[in-house]
Amino acid sequence: MSATLKRSTNATLEVEGLRVSFGGMEAVRGIDLSVERGETHCLVGESGCGKSASALAIMGLLPGGARRSVRRLGFAGDEIGKLSERRMARLRGDRIGMIFQDPMTSLNPAYTIGSQMTEVLRRHRGLARDKAAERAVAMLDRVGVTAPGMRLGQFPHQLSGGLRQRVMIAMALLCEPTLLIADEPTTALDVTVQAQTLRLLAELQRELGLAVLLITHDLGVVARVAHRVSVMYAGEIVEQATTEALFAAPTHPYTRGLLDAIPVPGKVRRGDKLGSIPGIVPRIPAGFVGCAFRDRCAFAEPVCASNIPPQFASPDHAYRCRMAPDWWRATA
Amino acid sequence: MAELIAAANLTKHYPTSRTTRQMLRGERPVVRAVDGIDLVIQRGESVGLVGESGSGKTTVGRLLLKLTEASGGTLNFDGAAVSGLSGDSLRRFRQQAQLVFQNPFDSVNPRFTIRRAVAEPLINTGVPRAERDGRIAEAMRLVHLGDFHRYADKHPSELSGGQLQRVVLARALVGRPSFLVADEPVSMLDVSVRAGILNLMRELRDRLGLTALYISHDLTLVRYVCERTLVMYLGRIVEDGPTSEVISRPAHPYTQALIKAVPRPRTDQSREDLPISGGLANAVSPPSGCRLRDRCPYAFARCAQEVPALLEVAPGHRAACHLTSPANAAAA
Ligand SMILES: Nc1ncnc2c1ncn2[C@@H]1O[C@H](COP(=O)(O)OP(=O)(O)OP(=O)(O)O)[C@@H](O)[C@H]1O
Ligand SMILES: Nc1ncnc2c1ncn2[C@@H]1O[C@H](COP(=O)(O)OP(=O)(O)OP(=O)(O)O)[C@@H](O)[C@H]1O
Ligand code: SF4
Ligand code: SF4
Ligand SMILES: [Mg+2]
Ligand SMILES: [Mg+2]
Repeated sequence: MSATLKRSTNATLEVEGLRVSFGGMEAVRGIDLSVERGETHCLVGESGCGKSASALAIMGLLPGGARRSVRRLGFAGDEIGKLSERRMARLRGDRIGMIFQDPMTSLNPAYTIGSQMTEVLRRHRGLARDKAAERAVAMLDRVGVTAPGMRLGQFPHQLSGGLRQRVMIAMALLCEPTLLIADEPTTALDVTVQAQTLRLLAELQRELGLAVLLITHDLGVVARVAHRVSVMYAGEIVEQATTEALFAAPTHPYTRGLLDAIPVPGKVRRGDKLGSIPGIVPRIPAGFVGCAFRDRCAFAEPVCASNIPPQFASPDHAYRCRMAPDWWRATA
Repeated sequence: MAELIAAANLTKHYPTSRTTRQMLRGERPVVRAVDGIDLVIQRGESVGLVGESGSGKTTVGRLLLKLTEASGGTLNFDGAAVSGLSGDSLRRFRQQAQLVFQNPFDSVNPRFTIRRAVAEPLINTGVPRAERDGRIAEAMRLVHLGDFHRYADKHPSELSGGQLQRVVLARALVGRPSFLVADEPVSMLDVSVRAGILNLMRELRDRLGLTALYISHDLTLVRYVCERTLVMYLGRIVEDGPTSEVISRPAHPYTQALIKAVPRPRTDQSREDLPISGGLANAVSPPSGCRLRDRCPYAFARCAQEVPALLEVAPGHRAACHLTSPANAAAA
């Protein structure tokens, strides 16, 4: 059970009760989330908390050895949790665009950018080679790759980190997907290019109603593009809210710690230590009960070791902690 | 302070594929990845290198560590020409100078366990086996992977992006280098973990006197760790000064745009503002004169004719712009 909001029934992506485990380790422990048409839903949380595992699980791309279970996995009204690998493969790269955290999952080092991009269009759209190349060039141009014609002839290792990331973004968008799942897609982009890329995504949302599930650790990006945010901790969503509600009143102690750790320009002086949340994301064995944040939480009580039901700070703001919605006002 | 790194007119051109027309004309177009830069890094100094994606930052890092051969210019490390290093002197250089690669996913041998990967520099320098485990555990603790036993026998594909990024940093530090080039070392870390790593970088500088070049588009890192910052645009250094000056009083129009584009963790910012527009610059056929001129809002006639030199705008603060450098303006 996670802290989640009510969903409308026509969401592009609906996930209910998603679990992933690697051996005896539970990486994702029953998360619920949805992404509406034209919406950007951001997934944030500490390194290792299960964001990539969730994304891979939704796309049916977990590595061998991983186990997934899910109560509902809806895409554009269809249940896709039980689709065969062949039918999933047909969706991926076509109606579901993907950008992986590891660029080499998206790009094959042995082929040129051009042959990889045209291959996608030939496979899913049946375009002829020259038409496909034309479209690839146009898409590279849109994501801010200069001299796109030249780039088509290059291999992935000949591109800078940011160029590679833009190529992946272009590739994910080639078939005008309904849903884009993007795992840290702008980590290698400088801020001006990043802003340009985020603007392109916003344009596509307006034009095509693209739904975006965006994993990012950059809360500045979240504030700029997200409509809704889910904060993950140790495999669970501990807080989920509209972006405005979350930034106005972050409520879960972990979320508050995360936002406090951001150095505010002008406030950090040289010599100051940056704030971090002490401790590490715990390893969660099967059958773990209670709040996983308790060994790092300044407010932990014995009751935190038992099951903590979700609460609502407002209709569009759910969180999972024993404390009252406005507890933090008293400590401010 | 003594100079550890001194580069003059350092250049790296990559050949690129030719069109038929270029072949007929006998032209050999190149990507001017690094196009004549001068750079001095003092012993014990932490220098930041920021700039547009594709501007040549990674290439500069690789040149400084002799991981790629320069096309021109000179480079000295500790008073000796890097081009002349070979045999024993090259081996010593390789121990002293370490690189943290931009993409952690393709910089760790996928067949190695994490323990083996981090041990690499120790094995290369003949550190006895008995000493290794302690050193590895210490390095892992430094990068906030203190629960080392949890990862020691795993393979890279079993770690999350941020975990792997810290493993790569641990590997660079385990041999106690005297010079570190870290290429986007915190790009996959959430704020709370990143704060810990930034604190570590400052400690390395203050306590161990490590000399470092931090390549990053993350101005938080640069502001917090580096006393001096360089800004690159299209193969050239366009600004060089004390970090606080470069960030609070950027002299070059490109730097100004870069700083304005930083997304902030607030929801009241405009979602659309973008100071520098237009496609990215092209390193194959850069514009004459100032390379920013086709995107610069202040460009005037002279910008097309003369390459602006990197000249002082304030003590210790230089910029390459006809407009903002008084010396440049006076020469008109
Ligand atoms: N193939 C695997 N085998 C075993 N454990 C794995 C595997 N992949 C991931 N894990 C573990 O599962 C947990 C969640 O990993 P995941 O990649 O989802 O994290 P993340 O939230 O994406 O973190 P980051 O922000 O660092 O990328 C981590 O502790 C990781 O070590
Ligand atoms: N091996 C190569 N062959 C051909 N071109 C290359 C090669 N390596 C880099 N380049 C080109 O050199 C230019 C500079 O690349 P570099 O990786 O140094 O940029 P960067 O500043 O690190 O960018 P980013 O911030 O995106 O990582 C780019 O246009 C890139 O495509
Ligand atoms: S439930 Fe308890 S331990 Fe968990 S965040 Fe709330 S107060 Fe802290
Ligand atoms: S030299 Fe001219 S074009 Fe270049 S940055 Fe300065 S004003 Fe702009
Ligand atoms: Mg991840
Ligand atoms: Mg780079």
